[in-house]
Amino acid sequence: MELICPAGTPAAFREALEAGADAVYCGFRDETNARNFPGLNFSREELRQSIALARRKNVQTFVALNTFMRAGDEALWYSAADDAVALGADALILADFGLMAYVAERYPQQRLHVSVQASASNPDAIRFLVETFNAKRVVLPRVLTVQDIARLTSQIDCEVEIFVFGGLCVMAEGRCSLSSYATGKSPNMNGVCSPASHVRYREEGGSLVSELGAYTINRFGSGEASGYPTLCKGRFDVAGAEGYTFEDPVSLDVIDEIDALRAAGVSALKIEGRQRGRAYVAEVVSVLKKALGATSAERAPLVSRLRTLSEGQRTTSGAYDKRWR
Amino acid sequence: MKKKRAALSLGPIYYLWDGPKWRDFYFRIADEADVEHVTLGETVCSKRQHFSEPHAAEVIERLEAGGKQVTLSTLAMVTLERECRHVRDLIRDSDHKVEANDLSALGLLKGQRHSIGPLVNVYNAATARALAARGAQNICLPPELPAGSIRQMLYAMPDFSFELFAFGRMPLAISARCAHARSKGLTKDNCQFVCGEHPDGLPLRTLDRQSFLVLNGVQTMSNSCAVLLDDLAPLVDAGLARVRLSPQDCDMVRVAEIYRAVLDQRVDGSAALSDLFRIYPDIPFSNGFLHQREGAAWVARGRSAALTLG
Repeated sequence: MELICPAGTPAAFREALEAGADAVYCGFRDETNARNFPGLNFSREELRQSIALARRKNVQTFVALNTFMRAGDEALWYSAADDAVALGADALILADFGLMAYVAERYPQQRLHVSVQASASNPDAIRFLVETFNAKRVVLPRVLTVQDIARLTSQIDCEVEIFVFGGLCVMAEGRCSLSSYATGKSPNMNGVCSPASHVRYREEGGSLVSELGAYTINRFGSGEASGYPTLCKGRFDVAGAEGYTFEDPVSLDVIDEIDALRAAGVSALKIEGRQRGRAYVAEVVSVLKKALGATSAERAPLVSRLRTLSEGQRTTSGAYDKRWR
Repeated sequence: MKKKRAALSLGPIYYLWDGPKWRDFYFRIADEADVEHVTLGETVCSKRQHFSEPHAAEVIERLEAGGKQVTLSTLAMVTLERECRHVRDLIRDSDHKVEANDLSALGLLKGQRHSIGPLVNVYNAATARALAARGAQNICLPPELPAGSIRQMLYAMPDFSFELFAFGRMPLAISARCAHARSKGLTKDNCQFVCGEHPDGLPLRTLDRQSFLVLNGVQTMSNSCAVLLDDLAPLVDAGLARVRLSPQDCDMVRVAEIYRAVLDQRVDGSAALSDLFRIYPDIPFSNGFLHQREGAAWVARGRSAALTLG
């Protein structure tokens, strides 16, 4: 199985190469990608240099153009696709059907990967993407169990890539407007979720309150570790009971399941985290690379090493385990 | 120039209503509501299908007798083999037009006249064209779209039927996990259909008691009710073909009457708004997405400003 690694900066890109990535994915410095954060992402020139470096190490570069084109401004997305192809991207990761149609028609030789944001969750959906846009690989939404994935791969003529480590969307990706409901900015349209520009913290009677837009997302007592107010990992009140309604502040880790995922026919494992620093990328990639080559007995210490790198130190196997539902 | 006329359309019920409530709702729509199109069928959770299915045939017959065009809705999220089979069977066997709400339905409907629901991501004309080329004849746009995007698409495809989500709590997210069951200490697999206890959604408030969202099984919806009134006329002039009303647990026949009157310019937006406040009380209204603001926002014009702030 290939290891697909995130890079938010050229420095993280180089670290990922050194640490053993089979492919590195990144995006341009604008709203064409779903990690459109200040200080992140690549200029055209940075991408050109990074691709050249990756080629020398026999590592592939995937370019994520995985937001939805704003009507009237399609040229921004089309020119990003033109440039990514011209610069030699090994694959484009796309979510918008209009952009897929453009790339499939104009660059029939270009490898097209379907972003997790497209939410292709079953064999008929994937066949649609293969037949219509000649998709070669689909990144599956985090809504399937390992058993679901095994059944799926046996029915399709398309590679499957899945997220195994890092941030976890609780909602089906690409189908969530919670962020824009509270802030006006969404993953689909702006490439951001629960953006820092709309986050505020305030002290209130000894507790720390985190807000997103006009809404309270959490309140931390003294001594309680505080966290970033990602909307779906907030604490809310439902019928008088307070708690983490959708999901606790945890991150995804299914390294324990590597053998089952391989047996399920998964082609590539993806690490989330283009917003993370280069030291994190280097560490996670090198540990995961070792885990991929290790026997299950050798894997245990690597797994616990990874746990310490996880957000809030707590992890979940998410939808890959049926009990999560 | 002849004034353009937009049709009214009733979207599928997103909530779990018991069989008789579901049937009686549609009987009344069939007999009394001034809507041209009705899209129906379980859209949110495949586990609920047996509640409405026994009544579907008589409901469809009554709606058609009432002169309504009936479209059948597919599931928003299809992951299980059973769900795949259900979508395939529906598309193969149905005599009615089908509305696609996920990518599997899009694929299976190729070459067949069909509609696209608001849960499919259509953000631009390039996407709408790709879908129209495969047989889509009507697209209900996602509630998140700002007016600028809608106008661009109407302009780019003047002969195509676009539909706008103009009334109802907005579907904001869907998950493999059921937050509604989780809130009762249950899981999706042993949910005991607790979502049926909340025919208008289970309110989720912030820790500061702000109204925010409602849970509807695996779907998360806005607490606020989208209400687009004054915004409709310019979009209809630009070619908007249909206006969708999404069923809430309130008098939808009356809601349709009000929207028809607004579209026919017999009633102005602010008068319509005060009527809607009476029909669907205690629920904040919103139109922020259309105005490129946060979706929960209410952007008021003229007299309706005083009404909502007061």
